[in-house]
Amino acid sequence: MAGIVSYGAYVPYYRLPRAVIADMWGGRGRGEKAVAGFDEDPITMSVAAGLDCLKGIDPRTVDALFLATTCSPYKERQNATIAATALDIKRNARNADFANCLRAGTSALMSADDAIKAGSLGQVLVTAADMRLGGAAGEDEQAFGDGAAAILFGHDNVAVEIEGSYTISEDLADYWRAQDDTFVRHWEDRFGREEGYMKIPQEAANGVLKKLGLELKDIAKVCLTGANARTHAALCRKMKLTPEQTQDTYLDNIGNTGTAQSLMMLVGALEEAKPGDRILLISWGNGSDAIVFKVTDQIENIKNKRGIKGHLQIKKILNSYGRYLRWREMVSMAPPARPPAGAASMSAQWREHATALPLYGVKCKKCGTPQLYLSHSSTRAHVCLECHAKDEFEPYRFADKQGTVTSFSHDFLAGGIDPPTTAAVIDFDGGGRGQFNMVDREQDECKVGMKVEMTFRKMRYTLGAHTYFWKCKPVRD
Amino acid sequence: MPGSIRDRVAILGMGCTRFGERWDASAADLLVDSAYKAFEDAGIGPEEIQAAWLGTTTGSTGMVLSEPLRLPYLPITRCENACATASDAFRNACYAVAAGIYDMVLAIGVDKFKDSGISGLGDGGSPGPSHAMVAESTPPRQFAMLATTYFNRYGLSYEEGKHMIGRVSWKSHQNGVRNKNAHFQQPVDLDTIINAPMVAWPLGLYDCCGVSDGSAAAIITTPEIAKARKKDPVFVKALQIAMAPRDGNFNTNFDFLHVEATVRAAERAYEEAGIKNPREEISMAEVHDCFSITEAVTMEDLRFSPRGKVRDDIENGFFDLDGKLPVQVDGGLKCFGHPIGASGLRMLYEMYLQLQGRADELLNPGYPSRQLPNPKLGLTHNLGGSPDGCAIFVGIVGLEGA
Repeated sequence: MAGIVSYGAYVPYYRLPRAVIADMWGGRGRGEKAVAGFDEDPITMSVAAGLDCLKGIDPRTVDALFLATTCSPYKERQNATIAATALDIKRNARNADFANCLRAGTSALMSADDAIKAGSLGQVLVTAADMRLGGAAGEDEQAFGDGAAAILFGHDNVAVEIEGSYTISEDLADYWRAQDDTFVRHWEDRFGREEGYMKIPQEAANGVLKKLGLELKDIAKVCLTGANARTHAALCRKMKLTPEQTQDTYLDNIGNTGTAQSLMMLVGALEEAKPGDRILLISWGNGSDAIVFKVTDQIENIKNKRGIKGHLQIKKILNSYGRYLRWREMVSMAPPARPPAGAASMSAQWREHATALPLYGVKCKKCGTPQLYLSHSSTRAHVCLECHAKDEFEPYRFADKQGTVTSFSHDFLAGGIDPPTTAAVIDFDGGGRGQFNMVDREQDECKVGMKVEMTFRKMRYTLGAHTYFWKCKPVRD
Repeated sequence: MPGSIRDRVAILGMGCTRFGERWDASAADLLVDSAYKAFEDAGIGPEEIQAAWLGTTTGSTGMVLSEPLRLPYLPITRCENACATASDAFRNACYAVAAGIYDMVLAIGVDKFKDSGISGLGDGGSPGPSHAMVAESTPPRQFAMLATTYFNRYGLSYEEGKHMIGRVSWKSHQNGVRNKNAHFQQPVDLDTIINAPMVAWPLGLYDCCGVSDGSAAAIITTPEIAKARKKDPVFVKALQIAMAPRDGNFNTNFDFLHVEATVRAAERAYEEAGIKNPREEISMAEVHDCFSITEAVTMEDLRFSPRGKVRDDIENGFFDLDGKLPVQVDGGLKCFGHPIGASGLRMLYEMYLQLQGRADELLNPGYPSRQLPNPKLGLTHNLGGSPDGCAIFVGIVGLEGA
């Protein structure tokens, strides 16, 4: 048997009420949209969803990461491998990026399932993450939200099988972004709706149902993706979906998460699924993928994730439109009164990968002390902090450990995109210490002794490249 | 300890520039100023200097010194050890005289920061992966962690803690106002200090020392030559450096309540100088008050105050100019700012003047005396780096027989 063996999701901590945007530009805003922090991107959000999905699973058993996004920070540099390394997926993994289309998430799902069924890969992690930017005062600014989902495919204890799929590919360009575009361009929305969305997803759905000899009434939940609530409701009516069958799009409380939407809806459906349920997932973007899933009795064993439901509870209302604009570098800020930070070195970054991406430290084989050697010049420990044994270490990972704050400060001098920078010295459960920046925190909640967990974030941007490292954030569940 | 510097070398003369935003002066100007003041004080000419040690964090090679002073082909070593730079230049110069290689040497320090166009220091790192991991850190952030932990451990409310460290800065401004070499020569009231804008929580503006320009110099010779030429030379009693293995951010034993390297350097210095009870025996001190909390914690690390009890001494005025153990007699880094390569020798200069009863040579007209009654032993301390990892200097100087 082959299929889904785990799932996870990630919704950024900050939610921008649409009324806050409307306060700036006029109009009415309802609901809120999830906004990634200034130091998040589709790679870091994929890691966050991946961590949720791989909870309790050895990442070394994963044979590939397929990462889907339309918001790659790079035209040339593989997102999936950065995320896979951070997740501690092995070096001989067949990672790939799926890009350029809002269907990329479902394309990655089907490719993963095929690879598992063909026997060429044992376990494949699929992540989809997006954070499309809407131009100020436009409809997309209200609509677009940020988020990610992760689905693990494998052979053992399969919780959800893919029974079949059907794809329509059609170059109907209702939305597009050219190579140098910051914002999405649209053709007249009536064209996309009438010739595209109101027809093609249903055609794909009918295709897969016919192929499997099923009818819509056999489907417990339909995850029909959609860019806005009105047309989504119109298509649901046209397809005669019952309200019970209709999976929440999260357009109201997360926003339109682009490529990630289909997978996030699937995770949301799985959180409520019962053994025997069938789920129909329909994506939309230059065509449609329609996929029928069947839930097994293993489903109850994989519900120990934050998923969508958990992450929807972990939130902070962002009541500052200015702060949002600043995070997205949509306004020209006064120059900092600090010297520019030094450029990162690609060769040094590569040399220190084991620490920089999966956050490996070491554990002394003589005295057993875990240690994270984060010095300015190197991250490779040679002499044990405790017993001074030389080069007697085994690898020891800190990314999956929680910690306790020993000391901290809110630094107003350092500048950056979202001052103040909170720095914290944390002692990891099980031993080891490190100093990290703290994010997704309120200044007045920071205390000596508070519990934190690790989160993978962007650190700096030089020479057209991001450096990534781990920060800490309060544990909120 | 195999050997001791105690009474083996003496300071024949010293010089110090005015510290501050010296828009008018280059590093070379400052070096010439402090060096010639030291020559004059020692009663020698530059031709008597046999070797020199130059402390600077911004220059490179000993030519930074030989060029403006036109020193003819002398052996000069450029020394850099973060905030202990000037003191380490002095230490090495003392060792060369104690070793009998030279009997008239110059130790001099300088830094010129105010041409950088920014307030404060930069992030100080060099490119590299680990640098990218601790991106854009700042000194106040690192020292603020001492305050966070100290307040928490000893149960001080934010207000109590801010008052304690505010009182440290208030006291230094009270002293600095009397010093015409100081960068900041204004008294600052405690409310202003406590309520100043935050720099790195919980440290506000007046918890931080400034960055400035300046230079200070010392002429070191043998006790025999010093006594022959001067009636009251100052003798070196102890010179200790301790380099932390940067344990604070790695090792869970590091408590962010004290700076272990200060403790280690101080204990070695006390042993070298034959001091058993520093709280009673040390007459005065200039310590590294880069931030108010640093000074507070240093008082405990030097055993001036019992562990966890410095608040009582601070609030009771124990370290005030008229207290039992005056600290930052000249106003400290708080009032002088911190040209890193010069600060250690600037601190020593104050000890030197006080021991000779000459502190009021720098008195701002119209202010009461800064001179302490009969000091015998003065201590200087530098902390280079941050609490989690630092270069510490502790030195003690005193009168003959002290």
